[in-house]
Amino acid sequence: MTYPNLIPVLPELFMVFMIIVLLLVDAFTSEKQKGANLLLTMITLIGCFVLQKYVDHGVTELTFNNMFILDNLAMGTKMFTYLFSFVAVLYIKRYVSDKKFQSGEFYVIFLFSVLGMMVMISADNMLTLYVGLELFSLALYGLIALYRDNVRATEAAMKYFILGALASGILLYGISFVYGATGGHLQLEDVLRSMLTLGDANAGLMTFGLVFIVAGLVFKLGLVPFHMWVPDVYEGSPLAVATIIGSLTKIAAVVFVIRFLIGGLVLLNPAWSVMLLILACLSLFFGNVIAIAQTNIKRMLGYSTVAHMGFVALGLVTVSVDGVSATIFYVVTYSLTALAGFGILTMLSKGDFECQSLDDLKGLSKTHPVMAALIMLVMFSMAGIPPLVGFYAKFKILAALLAAGYVGVAVFAVIMSLIGAFYYIRVVKVMYFEEPVITLEVADVCIFSRSVLLVNVALLLIIGILPSALMMYCNALVSG
Amino acid sequence: MMSYLLSLTIWTPIVFGFITLAFNKNDCMARYVALLGSIIALVFSLIVFHTFDPQQTAMQFSENYAWVPSLNINYHLAVDGISMPFVMLNNFITVLVVLAGFKVIKQKVALYNAMFLMMTGFISGSFCALDAVLFYVFFEAMLIPMYLIIGVWGSTNRVYAAIKFFLYTLIGSLLMLVALIYLYNQAKGSFEIFDYYNLPLTMGIQILIFIAFFLSFAVKVPMWPLHTWLPDAHPEAPTGGSMVLAAITLKIGGYGFLRFILPIVPDASRELAGVMVALSLIAIVYIGLVALVQKDMKKLVAYSSISHMGFVTLGCFLFVGANLNTWALEGAITQMISHGFVSAAMFFCIGVMYDRVHSRNIADYGGVVNKMPVFAAFFMLFSMANSGLPGTSGFVGEFMVIMGATQTNFIAAILAGLTLILGAGYTLWMYKRVVFGAVANSHVAEMSDVSKREFLILTLLAIAVLVMGIYPDLFVAKMHASVGHLINQVAQSKI
Repeated sequence: MTYPNLIPVLPELFMVFMIIVLLLVDAFTSEKQKGANLLLTMITLIGCFVLQKYVDHGVTELTFNNMFILDNLAMGTKMFTYLFSFVAVLYIKRYVSDKKFQSGEFYVIFLFSVLGMMVMISADNMLTLYVGLELFSLALYGLIALYRDNVRATEAAMKYFILGALASGILLYGISFVYGATGGHLQLEDVLRSMLTLGDANAGLMTFGLVFIVAGLVFKLGLVPFHMWVPDVYEGSPLAVATIIGSLTKIAAVVFVIRFLIGGLVLLNPAWSVMLLILACLSLFFGNVIAIAQTNIKRMLGYSTVAHMGFVALGLVTVSVDGVSATIFYVVTYSLTALAGFGILTMLSKGDFECQSLDDLKGLSKTHPVMAALIMLVMFSMAGIPPLVGFYAKFKILAALLAAGYVGVAVFAVIMSLIGAFYYIRVVKVMYFEEPVITLEVADVCIFSRSVLLVNVALLLIIGILPSALMMYCNALVSG
Repeated sequence: MMSYLLSLTIWTPIVFGFITLAFNKNDCMARYVALLGSIIALVFSLIVFHTFDPQQTAMQFSENYAWVPSLNINYHLAVDGISMPFVMLNNFITVLVVLAGFKVIKQKVALYNAMFLMMTGFISGSFCALDAVLFYVFFEAMLIPMYLIIGVWGSTNRVYAAIKFFLYTLIGSLLMLVALIYLYNQAKGSFEIFDYYNLPLTMGIQILIFIAFFLSFAVKVPMWPLHTWLPDAHPEAPTGGSMVLAAITLKIGGYGFLRFILPIVPDASRELAGVMVALSLIAIVYIGLVALVQKDMKKLVAYSSISHMGFVTLGCFLFVGANLNTWALEGAITQMISHGFVSAAMFFCIGVMYDRVHSRNIADYGGVVNKMPVFAAFFMLFSMANSGLPGTSGFVGEFMVIMGATQTNFIAAILAGLTLILGAGYTLWMYKRVVFGAVANSHVAEMSDVSKREFLILTLLAIAVLVMGIYPDLFVAKMHASVGHLINQVAQSKI
């Protein structure tokens, strides 16, 4: 009997081990010692980050009968996800203890969702992809439902669960067609190879399955018309969970889509890129237009995510190295931006208070000038105004689109981002041009978290001015 | 020759802007630090002005570093005779703006001054940039400070004005971005603006690119019918905001015509010159008439700005066969610089009165001369300049454009000449109602004459207006070579 090569999965194994430790520690510590949970979580994430660096040999490695892959793309995006998860924990830890969540359960479930993301990123088989997705989604349902006294959170969890389960079912149904049409292949390279040999045979069956797969995938991205859950979940979840869902999960979701469509089904290309193109344009339109009508910031950011994911999908539509690297660049910088945005909102929610209405931010520049300036930078970055990083993210996508000949689509995307600018600058308007209604208090977050937040926002500016390094990095992730 | 002068001119005010922000608690220090920063930037731009070689057609003070190598974007700065005067104008006006806000601005002083300093840097940057993306970044970045300036320190309807300003300017520039990326792909991965000058493009493509650029720059200029944001933004903006808006940001639009539209799409420019001349004439005549009936002084000057900028766009599109008219083109540039001084002066004068009476309505004034004789004399000079009196800067540009027009398009010349009357009409009529006559009401009776600070600003502006009016060659001589070069470039067909 041969054992699988465990080196590439070391970080994930370490995480599983630590989750068990965390569960045990939580069970045997008293209320006063719950700080240990937080500490363990942070150690886990740092440990995973370091291990991930350690297992990187610069070559693509497959293990577990080719079900698990560790290539450049996986390496890079995993590092980002670990890093952003760590930062997210820093932002939400005060919130989690203020709102009296059971910190043990919260962090355990959170780590499970991170583990799910890792499996999604590294899966090389449609079944593994599915398993990763389920692990990740179930953990998120749980995270939202953990706030069980709150009606909205319960509703959001329920809605997310039912729709998510439906979408997973649709995805699985699509996968079954691919399985049948390729003669029993699910491993991505095998699917590709058998499609090459099959030629046009079974093409109808494959395309039929593809429709379901795309529907399942774009549900996870949150493209119109599969976006309904996004604003509801953002609004219903407590800010700590919204921080996680709204920022760092996007990276894994995008890699997940890349694995499926570019890794496995690239030969069906004209079919899925047209679907994606239409859905992306719809998302840009509806996401931006509906966001204008929102008065709840979390909900507004939900619709804004829909629009941003539209941009991300446009990068994939080009099916070029430039396009995919633009997509990765976009999603990484978007995660960074959203992380800062949600992080600030989380810090502005002291005690039982939840900072979520636009009115809460009124006159923020008078009461908390620094926080207001940070939110302003985040908003301008999301709107894509240079010299903030959001500009280069959009710029790269547009460049890829124009290089692939989609001039009309590029013009459309640009006009939609103009509409988007309206609601972003409205947040700035509320903070700077209006008088305070309520006195917001900043939660007493530790100095370390505060400085990380400052660095986070400063990075938006720094990468915006010197984007080269990150762009090269993203190129390197994709070209391999 | 490598030089750091342009970088210093651009980054000094931006760095000082950040330093000013640090004096959040100390208003007095914030003001002086900002003043210091703006003066240093002015000194740098004066050195550029002085050492500039007017005989050369090539770009001078060039700096070129790789900025984003993976997309072949460079940090490429340089000036020629067309852009250099604007850099100086920009830094000159900023010093005055900082001074103008010294006593008047009382809330968030540090932020106010920082925003102006940063904006100056961004504006200088867009005049100096020779890389399309670098230009675009500076061009867009200035939206953020201007948005805050109008929104935070403006008057009653400021929020509406700020958002309108932001969105109007953004829509044009986003389409320009698409055009730039398209050119980038056509030019085999180069964002160098000069690489686009020799790029062959078919007529259809040229027209599309023309439209994209036109929307971007015509909003800035602003040209009729894209001008409606300006009369909203001006009255709401604080005095300093109005000065910068009228004196400098409008000029970026005109500059865009010269740097982008004419040389990159010369054939489309020739094809559409008739339309452009017509739009310019509508701006000159129709907006001039609109200005006549304004009740709000700032609105009046805002409309007069649109009308005056009509001369600029008119001057840019007077073709004889394939050639642009030299008189008209140099006139357009001169007119932009002159308008920079005059409109800043007009807005400052209105600001001086507004600080005392807190009204912009002409009807609330009358007999100001009795209480503020010194001010009235200055205001007279600037009003005359605004109506194009010979001997003031306002005359030179308009005269040159009309000269050029008589050589190429006589009807346009007559229509444009007519506005000299209109211009004199609305400006002097306003001046008469505000300044002359008996003291109108108790508010006017309480007005005190200009302070030393205001006197200094008015004197500096008066000197600029007179020097340019009496000895325009100081500026015009610097641009001959560059304008000639531009005309040669535009004369070549790219199809």
